[in-house]
Amino acid sequence: MSIASEKEKKEYAAYAKKHGEKKPIWKHCWHAFVAGGLICLIGQFLQVFFITYFDFTKDTAGNPTVAVLIFVSVILTGIGVYDKLAQWAGGGTAVPITGFANSMASSALEYRTEGLVLGVGSNMFKLAGSVICFGVVSAFIIAIIKVLLKIYVGIDF
Amino acid sequence: MEWQQFLWAFLVGGAICVVGQLLMDVLNLTPGHAMCTLVVVGAILGGLGWYDKLIAFAGAGASVPICSFGNSLLKGALAEYEFHGLVGILTGIFDITSAGISAAIIFSFLGALVFKPKN
Repeated sequence: MSIASEKEKKEYAAYAKKHGEKKPIWKHCWHAFVAGGLICLIGQFLQVFFITYFDFTKDTAGNPTVAVLIFVSVILTGIGVYDKLAQWAGGGTAVPITGFANSMASSALEYRTEGLVLGVGSNMFKLAGSVICFGVVSAFIIAIIKVLLKIYVGIDF
Repeated sequence: MEWQQFLWAFLVGGAICVVGQLLMDVLNLTPGHAMCTLVVVGAILGGLGWYDKLIAFAGAGASVPICSFGNSLLKGALAEYEFHGLVGILTGIFDITSAGISAAIIFSFLGALVFKPKN
């Protein structure tokens, strides 16, 4: 693939703007709402299930719920169903934790042919890695800010 | 057991996904950028103490979307800080989220062994 020059990029952007169809934003949002809502609803059912039938509390039931959702998501990714759902649902399947698992499982599968170490192991975090990176860095900065506010200003919220 | 918790889980979870969709459609972010934005927003809301209130209200509707990842990272760090001081922020960051990350790594690896890639 050759690298496009700045001029070509600008020309393409103008072309795409002129000829590109207007995105059906309302439809996308509706699909995302229904799919995302359903995934969270399943999560809520799982949570209630673990609280009712196993020894979990409201605070600890999150772990098995997330684990089950991730497990199901990886299976669905493996048999190619999750990507079909994602085409319909857009953000509805990307935003829940299942989308995070899907990104890892699909990169792991995609690079399987390059071997377990250099393929699966190193490419698994291709998309998920940036989420973890930004999450950790922002959590660290906010934690430091909260601690400093607490020590030096006395604000704790 | 009240049935409203299921309704709120659906509505709030759906609404957060719509926010993600709008980030991609209106601001033209890639899915990767949208997810990172949501995680950072989750951490900020967690810092203000709002995200836990949302989870108390909407249950899985708030804890399943990826924003809750940012909130959990922060909560783990702050909880460990209480016991071990500043080092606790480093050791505690993955305290709560470790289940999700470990599960995703393990299942994805095993999945890559079991399933055949399409094409």
